[in-house]
Amino acid sequence: MELNKLSAMELQYHVEQLQGRYVECIDDDRLEQWPEFFVEDCMYKIISRENHERGLPAAAIFCDSRGMLVDRIVSLRNANVYAEHNYRHVLSNVLIQGLNESVISVQSNYLVLQTKTDGATEIYNAGKYMDKIVADGDGLRFKEKIAIFDTHQIKSLLVTPI
Amino acid sequence: MNAVIDTTNGSLYWPIDDEAGHVPYGVFTDARIYEVEQERIFRGDNWSFVGLTAELPDPGDFKATYIGDTPVIVTRDREGGINVMTNRCAHRGALVCRSARGNIDELECVYHQWKYDMQGKLIGVPFRRGLGGRGGMPEGFRMEQHGLDRLRVDTVGHLIFATFSDKVEPLRDYLGAVIVNHIERICHSPIRVLGDERQLVQGNWKLYAENTRDPYHASLLHLFHTTFGLYRSTQKGGSWMDDKKRHTVLTASQGTDEGKMEGYDGLRTFNAEFTLKDPSLLAGRKEFDDGVTLVILTTFPNLVLQQIANTLAVRQTVTKGPGQFELVWTQFGYEEDDEEMQKIRNKQGNLIGPAGLISMEDGEAVEIVHEAIIRDQEEASYIGMGGGKAEDTEHLVTESAVIGFWQYYRETMQVDAGAS
Repeated sequence: MELNKLSAMELQYHVEQLQGRYVECIDDDRLEQWPEFFVEDCMYKIISRENHERGLPAAAIFCDSRGMLVDRIVSLRNANVYAEHNYRHVLSNVLIQGLNESVISVQSNYLVLQTKTDGATEIYNAGKYMDKIVADGDGLRFKEKIAIFDTHQIKSLLVTPI
Repeated sequence: MNAVIDTTNGSLYWPIDDEAGHVPYGVFTDARIYEVEQERIFRGDNWSFVGLTAELPDPGDFKATYIGDTPVIVTRDREGGINVMTNRCAHRGALVCRSARGNIDELECVYHQWKYDMQGKLIGVPFRRGLGGRGGMPEGFRMEQHGLDRLRVDTVGHLIFATFSDKVEPLRDYLGAVIVNHIERICHSPIRVLGDERQLVQGNWKLYAENTRDPYHASLLHLFHTTFGLYRSTQKGGSWMDDKKRHTVLTASQGTDEGKMEGYDGLRTFNAEFTLKDPSLLAGRKEFDDGVTLVILTTFPNLVLQQIANTLAVRQTVTKGPGQFELVWTQFGYEEDDEEMQKIRNKQGNLIGPAGLISMEDGEAVEIVHEAIIRDQEEASYIGMGGGKAEDTEHLVTESAVIGFWQYYRETMQVDAGAS
């Protein structure tokens, strides 16, 4: 895919398709496929707005390779102990902020609703994504995805990616 | 006897310790006990952790936090001193400080604009002498009598503690030499704050106090610890307490148990098949000459200071009723950290906090206990690993520090031994 040849509307379409498929993958619990949304040499971070705005590095999750994303999922499946739950992401306000040297910068808002086995659905995490997206083969992948969350009081724990 | 607390005389029912310690479940769930704890523990004769000196480097810096559930303000004044005051205006009781942190010239209550200096002294009252001869404060009103309530404050290493008590011994005596030495070991040079994480746990705060004094669970609940040898009960280490058994330090040294791990055969958390695709997560650096790679230090009632591999952090417990508490994690490194060390700490940050590959599970452990003990208040736990006594041990197959916690809890809550 040659990004420079796409119209603004086409670019918006492809970016929204990528983001839609990304959250669908998580919400459908196909987490083994989740690392495939990233290039090998990627950055994925979940950080509180509180730390981000102070320029402090402490992140809830910090992965600087696709291998680390795989390890997070293997760990979630085999190592970690947590209550069963499902996520439902709601995405909005997908704004393309620029296209520089084949990197698309995108900001969007998200809401993660969480449902545990008792059936109650709660707002679990609200925030924004700051994405750097690149063309990789036929499609787009994330070079960088930073989820900056407003909900800095994490309820119970955080194990499933956002 | 169905209730753990007797409301007629305030005494608590407590089963008699035999070969093990027993804690009645009602102590975790009863709202009346929570009220007594606020007065006798958090506002009583104990020192609570309120922050790191590095959070308030400059005059005018402030931080809002809690001791138990009482809101307090921590400030750095013009002279460089640290002050802790109740976050409540002396006029009509409003929160004076409504931001989590910042830098200001003076504290001002938004309700009627009463102003205080950074030591809590009242320095401004609008319309104090009235307007055009009308209104004004009474004749006898004295500014110096209406400052913010000040707490006693002291520091050890980079840690700030405060107390509402006039009676409690000085901080260093309260902590005792073992704890002070371990705090100073970690606080050996100036630190840099890396950020905060906040975890809202649906359980009683004392379940977390037990958890962090319990080396028995650490290799059984946490696969990461066991499989990657970050912590195992077969390692060289131990559990030490102060004289009154209220504070604990647990230590372990990685790489000291080769060939001695037969007890882990068949356990869920020892899984040699589990490997990391990107092992850089655990590629750390040796930091301390003593070879100790894990320290979990707890001080009664609300602090954990930790070193796990190359992660350093304080965890502050903020109570929110009997069934909920907030755990505030503040990660830090040293000012002298080179670029590589900063990267190591960032990456190993994945191990701790609410999303920590190790520590997330402690939140879950607290919640599954709290959910199960909601009734049968007079039923009690059985705490016996290592002999059921509050004794220091030079091994990690023990719950002795959990016994110690409850021993001191009964003392500070003024529970008669064995009363029922």
